[in-house]
Amino acid sequence: MAIVHDVIPPFQLFQPASVDEALDLLDARGQEAWVLAGGMDSFDWLKDRTKRTSVVVELGQVAELQGIRENAGGLEIGAMTTLTDVAEHAGIRERFSLLAEAAGLVASPQIRNQGTLGGNVSQDARCWYYRRGWHCYRAGGNICYADTPTAVNREHAILGADRCVAVNPSDTAPALIALDAQMVIRRKGAERVVQATDYFRGPDIDITRMTVLEPGELLTAIRIPATWAGARFYFEKVRDRQVWDFPLVNVASALKADGGRIADARIAVGAVAARPLRLQAVERAIAGRPMNDETAAMAGEMAIQGAVPLRHNAYKVPLLRNLVRRAVRGGPPGATT
Amino acid sequence: MSQKAVSRRNFIKGVIAGGVAVSSAAYLFRSSPLLSGQAARTGGVERLLALTVNGQTRRVDVAPQETLASTLRYKLGLTGTKLGCDRAECGACTVLVDDVPRYACSVLTHAVRTKRIQTIEGLAAADGTLHPVQQGVVDEQGFQCAFCMSGFIMATVGYLKKHPNPTREELAHGVSGNLCRCQDYDKILTALHRGAELSRGVARG
Ligand SMILES: Cc1cc2nc3c(=O)[nH]c(=O)nc-3n(C[C@H](O)[C@H](O)[C@H](O)COP(=O)(O)OP(=O)(O)OC[C@H]3O[C@@H](n4cnc5c(N)ncnc54)[C@H](O)[C@@H]3O)c2cc1C
Repeated sequence: MAIVHDVIPPFQLFQPASVDEALDLLDARGQEAWVLAGGMDSFDWLKDRTKRTSVVVELGQVAELQGIRENAGGLEIGAMTTLTDVAEHAGIRERFSLLAEAAGLVASPQIRNQGTLGGNVSQDARCWYYRRGWHCYRAGGNICYADTPTAVNREHAILGADRCVAVNPSDTAPALIALDAQMVIRRKGAERVVQATDYFRGPDIDITRMTVLEPGELLTAIRIPATWAGARFYFEKVRDRQVWDFPLVNVASALKADGGRIADARIAVGAVAARPLRLQAVERAIAGRPMNDETAAMAGEMAIQGAVPLRHNAYKVPLLRNLVRRAVRGGPPGATT
Repeated sequence: MSQKAVSRRNFIKGVIAGGVAVSSAAYLFRSSPLLSGQAARTGGVERLLALTVNGQTRRVDVAPQETLASTLRYKLGLTGTKLGCDRAECGACTVLVDDVPRYACSVLTHAVRTKRIQTIEGLAAADGTLHPVQQGVVDEQGFQCAFCMSGFIMATVGYLKKHPNPTREELAHGVSGNLCRCQDYDKILTALHRGAELSRGVARG
């Protein structure tokens, strides 16, 4: 149990009214400024004093960051749109139900009422050694406390670990990757758009950051292209309790069929690596094959190639295999409610 | 070094002696480094807010880092909103912000300065008539220790605004962001479901 402090240490608070104003502030105070969306990731850090900040830029007053709009046949979702609004939006449910489902399975109703889509994809790792302020690789140190012989690492990575074995815990990230979403990133005077897959960073590239966001930058919107509208979707999240808990493993897939064969596919998995992984080798291998148990089984086996479990998370290997199998085979999800 | 420490102490004394606003915050900011940081910083938001709480405008001095639960409990005396975990993991602090259930422990008060805030104290009518969900709880005696009760009731009131006719199962999902350490869920659900019926004007069975 965390030591409960009754007050967050003081900071200067800014509540810009527009994106431009926010970008000006971040330009001036970028290195020290903490961007605050719903705060469902941020408050833990600040309350526990494991991370501190002197300046907070709260985005709640910026109307242009909120809401869901039609965009080039697809949708554009403002970064500050709440997970509840994403989960309940008629257009998302109708054409990109994968994302609605993923958003609806995050945490609890109250957290979804406040947590934003932008914050969900930008959230930090949940490794408790890191979150409790241990000076690990991710915190700038030179050891991983979760990867020692006595470490408690049931929730940690089985794939692609590089010194740090924390996972990216986002539920919406695999869904966005499977939908070929694009992340719109702005800084003062400049805008760039990156593919959802490329938004997330692993420790091999930057061990202290989860995303490509640089100080001074804002994620302003997430675009869902029309590409996968109405495809056959599958989302499943396995967690300990059916509310609040982060995924142990989650999977998102989008499949297009062509007369019983898989014409094209996207499969992404989360909570198994430092970043949500798009399984491109699996996608390529199943393309053109019949949509049946055999293809599904092959996909599952391919997904776990190279998996290296830690002491307490070997269960994630068959779990990942079976979830990917189900994501290809389709049908009603198992454990999710 | 020591000179600095002394002057900080004097500074704090000065601040504490100085104003009503600060003395009302003394309980909240009793640890001295926080207090000095608090008072010394300038810039950013205007601290004096006019919050809309339970239909009233409440003028209150709010620190930038203050959570809504702190403001409600320690500044406005609305202690019906409970603080359980202070980490968005229990639901005891649930209040309505523009009719939507939120964890007051995890909202900056400044972030909701333009919104309508409703707490358990604001549910009953002016003449004392209980809100139907409160009445359902009284009728069915749903809670044991009841520390989690106001959170459950607020979550239910918020849920019913969008889903006025839930099944027991749907309601369970609706209040799944609230925990009860007494593990009294079955009776709680019965009480809240009764509250939902009363809200729709369903007569006593
Ligand atoms: C008890 C609990 C349970 C949870 N369970 C789950 C779960 O099951 N699944 C899941 O996916 N998540 C879960 N979460 C995490 C939570 O849902 C996400 O952290 C939430 O969606 C984050 O959104 P936010 O707006 O609240 O983020 P914030 O805390 O405001 O932001 C998160 C991070 O992103 C940065 N950021 C936010 N928005 C922007 C932007 N527009 N531009 C640049 N940077 C930005 C912030 O600076 C911060 O570093 C849980 C959280 C809690 C507290």
